[in-house]
Amino acid sequence: MPGDQELRGYLRHDGRKGIRNYVAVCYLVECAHHVSRAIVNSFPERGVHLIGFGGCYPNAYASRMLRSLCTHPNVGAVLLVSLGCESFDRADLEEAIRQSGRPVDTLVIQQAGGTRKTIEKGRAWIASTLAAMKPSPDTPMTVNELVVGTVCGGSDSTSGITANPAIGRAFDMLTAQNATTIFEETGELIGCEHIMAQRAVTPSLADELIAVVAKAANYYATLEHGSFALGNAEGGLTTQEEKSMGAYSKSGSSKICGILKPGDVPPTGGLYLLDIVPDGPVRFGFPNINDNAEIAELIACGAHVILFSTGRGSVVGSAISPVIKICANPQTFRRMADDMDINAGRLLEGSATLDQLGGEIYDALMATAGGKQTASEALGHQEFVLTYKYFEPVGPSCLPLA
Amino acid sequence: MSQVTVTDGRLLFLHAKDNVCTAITPIRGGTELQISGHTVLLKQDIPLGFKIASCDIAADESIVKYGVSIGSATRDIVRGDLVHLHNMKSDYLPTYTLDKEDSHAR
Repeated sequence: MPGDQELRGYLRHDGRKGIRNYVAVCYLVECAHHVSRAIVNSFPERGVHLIGFGGCYPNAYASRMLRSLCTHPNVGAVLLVSLGCESFDRADLEEAIRQSGRPVDTLVIQQAGGTRKTIEKGRAWIASTLAAMKPSPDTPMTVNELVVGTVCGGSDSTSGITANPAIGRAFDMLTAQNATTIFEETGELIGCEHIMAQRAVTPSLADELIAVVAKAANYYATLEHGSFALGNAEGGLTTQEEKSMGAYSKSGSSKICGILKPGDVPPTGGLYLLDIVPDGPVRFGFPNINDNAEIAELIACGAHVILFSTGRGSVVGSAISPVIKICANPQTFRRMADDMDINAGRLLEGSATLDQLGGEIYDALMATAGGKQTASEALGHQEFVLTYKYFEPVGPSCLPLA
Repeated sequence: MSQVTVTDGRLLFLHAKDNVCTAITPIRGGTELQISGHTVLLKQDIPLGFKIASCDIAADESIVKYGVSIGSATRDIVRGDLVHLHNMKSDYLPTYTLDKEDSHAR
């Protein structure tokens, strides 16, 4: 039952606790990607993860994302890898990581003598750092210290009636215990913004919720990316509201207590909407080029675990935080069982109810927080994507409880 | 949400307040079904993922799924009827205006 799980975490200097103690190797331009990967690949199954930013030109969003990820509670140490001539402010990032109390070092390939020497130095640093890191969590942690994100990808007509509402049940269980829960993808909420606004904790937050969906609608319209198509009606969906409710049902039924942008750490427990659509005019292309770009943003907000709903069968995991795969379609589950953690498609076969599935997701989440590997973790998935974006800070009415 | 009254296992209620349920397997027309304790004879085939009225719904009343209104009835609907484009419509009015022709919210 909720509330009686005993969790342990890795205590960080900012008071947050991690459920993993990973080393992040972070490249600061694509030119340092290969060297970074070679260092990471020397430590299979040792919790060494590869993240980074490929761009050579500065971007405030990407800098903020990497700072948030390098100081994420699941990260215990960071190795930065720079080519040397890119414009990323590596000294600033290194200082932020040092201030967070984590071991950190920066290797500059042009100064270290090239590819081979940098890889050797990186391997040596990781080996000595791993030897000094805590092998197991030792600080008691409660459910209300967990931050959980949710995302859907590879959706089909079963997603909105099985896995998504089941995740909503689990979210309600978490939110009721004052854990922090985050849902996202405002472009998939077009049509249910007024329904969503009714769950806002303040009237001004309700207005902001409507506004972020309007922003997404405009952004996607400019990209000529529509939402409700005739093919949806062939799958039984009749209206825009109904289609969006399928994705939105992942959020459960709790009050919505704020809006975040990527990298914002939620100030309280409770349910938050992550606004992933950039501000200002359309630039840099599509808001999020794939599911992992959204997952990285949820993790940058401090998510310890991601609940991922899939109908057609996504296989991805993520760097930094474990991903729990909830498969909506029973046929997909049978075809790809190794990649899935929960078979929510059992609902369609009459062998589970939504409440039971919600409980299973909750239990899987607690087991994951307790150290158990998810399917994608065990398979070695560590996908990571970070692109150029532009955001302005959230307004004061977006975080009324802060 | 568990239904107090009996509903056929081939139908799914997503929320206790809903007045439609979803077919979780294709169901043939002519099949007799229990919906919220009432016996209903299906007038037509219901494909997987389509909605069936779980009570009588008058024209202009809200269609409720996931516990919220997803549109309204355009004619009187009887318990057991398929609920789709022919007897309901969206009530969604975008709050934003577009520079271009409205192409996103059909």
